Amino acid sequence: MSSRTCQESAQEVSDVSYSSDEMMTVSAARSLRDGMTCFVGIGLPSAAANLARATHAPGLVLIYESGTIGAKPAQLPLSIGDSMLAETADAVVSVPEIFNYWLQPGRIDVGFLGAAQIDKFGNINTTAIGGDYLNPKVRLPGAGGAPEIAASCREVIVVVRQSTRSFVDRVDFVTSVGYGSGPGDRERHGLTGAGPRKIITDLGVLEADPRTLEFTLTGLYPGISASAAKERTGWDLAIATEPEIIAAPTPAELSALRSFQRPRARSNP
Amino acid sequence: MTQVSCIASDMRTSVLMATGQELSLAEATDWSEMAEIVSLAEAVERAIHDGDAVAMEGFTHLIPFAAGHEVIRQRRRDLTVIRMTPDLIYDQLIGAGCVRKLIFSWGGNPGVGSLHRFRDAVENSWPVPLELEEHSHAGMANRYVAGASGLPFAVLRGYNGTGLETLNSGPGSAPTIKPITCPFTGERLTAVSALRPDVAVIHAQRADRSGNVQLWGITGVQKEAVLASQRSVVTVEEIVDSLDPRPGAVVLPSWTVSYVAEVPGGSHPSYALGYSVRDNDDYVAWDAIGRDRAAFAQWLDTHVHAVPAGQR
Repeated sequence: MSSRTCQESAQEVSDVSYSSDEMMTVSAARSLRDGMTCFVGIGLPSAAANLARATHAPGLVLIYESGTIGAKPAQLPLSIGDSMLAETADAVVSVPEIFNYWLQPGRIDVGFLGAAQIDKFGNINTTAIGGDYLNPKVRLPGAGGAPEIAASCREVIVVVRQSTRSFVDRVDFVTSVGYGSGPGDRERHGLTGAGPRKIITDLGVLEADPRTLEFTLTGLYPGISASAAKERTGWDLAIATEPEIIAAPTPAELSALRSFQRPRARSNP
Repeated sequence: MTQVSCIASDMRTSVLMATGQELSLAEATDWSEMAEIVSLAEAVERAIHDGDAVAMEGFTHLIPFAAGHEVIRQRRRDLTVIRMTPDLIYDQLIGAGCVRKLIFSWGGNPGVGSLHRFRDAVENSWPVPLELEEHSHAGMANRYVAGASGLPFAVLRGYNGTGLETLNSGPGSAPTIKPITCPFTGERLTAVSALRPDVAVIHAQRADRSGNVQLWGITGVQKEAVLASQRSVVTVEEIVDSLDPRPGAVVLPSWTVSYVAEVPGGSHPSYALGYSVRDNDDYVAWDAIGRDRAAFAQWLDTHVHAVPAGQR
């Protein structure tokens, strides 16, 4: 909530200042290459994927689980099934088809997911927090398309705000598998995709250590310290020897992002 | 709808249901008569009964809200409701106390946040306890495909390593997800049991006067839901003399549908492509209404109970 307020005030103050959410979205957008096919989750991933298409990756193919393939929305959709997705898509297919024919065989380059909780092996929880499954403290929406996106896309990128609540040693519930309990687990489970390549947060970027598959801080945004990232992580976060300092959003990136941001309480045109 | 046609009675194939009992397709489903064009109130009255398993489908697009409100108005109880994305429509049915069990794969308010009536039922058993049967989208979609295909289960590459894989195998609930080995390659895959709802409820753009139904845009899993179900209710934006072809349209022939009711705007605040746009303001506004039991009760009185069927 605070980041949203921060974003709004940043927009009012100046064009060159930016919020942490904007930095995160820009960073996530840069991780997508032109011509990729991208299975897009709603929320932060959708904003980032649309920004990439509006800037450096005009040929990015956006695929939503509603069955819209090659959607080109002019404004950010609120849901994965807004009419502008169907109206601008190259093809609209049924929901069984999008999962069985398109996702399952490994046709899609990158799955772009959000998370409520994520652990050091990139496993995602969007099911329930605290208590047990039958009597949870907080009931979350559940799996949606994420388990099979995480299993079958060639690679996965997760976009999530970083805090000790969201970055935990072990997730309370494995909704979508990252690297399971470590090396060899994806193969053991027969998961065909390579798994999570990056976790992109509002502080920086984490990548899996090639040997242990534990997520390690490899990039930081301007003005963010490694110790701040460590403080907002629920496990003993490993830091790369020299984390890359990721460039601030360019004016072009910010203006593209702001031009299609939906005012929170306004309908589709 | 009681007459069984020659075609149906010739179907000797029996299917092993998820529950273990055998049921012939001919007994289970009346694929015999043309759809009846009736009022929304009559369609719900005749098709949906206390204790039924009801699938109201529509993936963000074409969600049958007016029919859901009529189910609340007619005070149905102990329903098992089935839907990939429960959305506001099931938040409302759950809060109104119509639901005993929810079979689903993603229970949120898209782009907004939680479904608070759903959460209140799971976290606090209010207004009544809610039993869950939880899947992924791919699993639910395939369960409908199996139901529509007359098969007892579907196979997919999914669930492996997730907490969902073993979730439904607990005591007191029949498992609906099990590992299966490919008889040709030996690969370990996942089987999910078929969905065979008592009733499917969908909203479509149009029907003709014979009850043939046409829908287009994001068509979701509605065809599979109707074909998997024993009965169906279809609300439509309009009834027309003839259905001219539309790109990508799904047509459900009249003999696959039980009841058709003309309900313009019947998917609001969802939408019907070509007729309306999604009312995103309403989805955003639902957060505050759904969050508070008193605000919800007032909404229910004002926007459902005090309103005639099919209006808002």
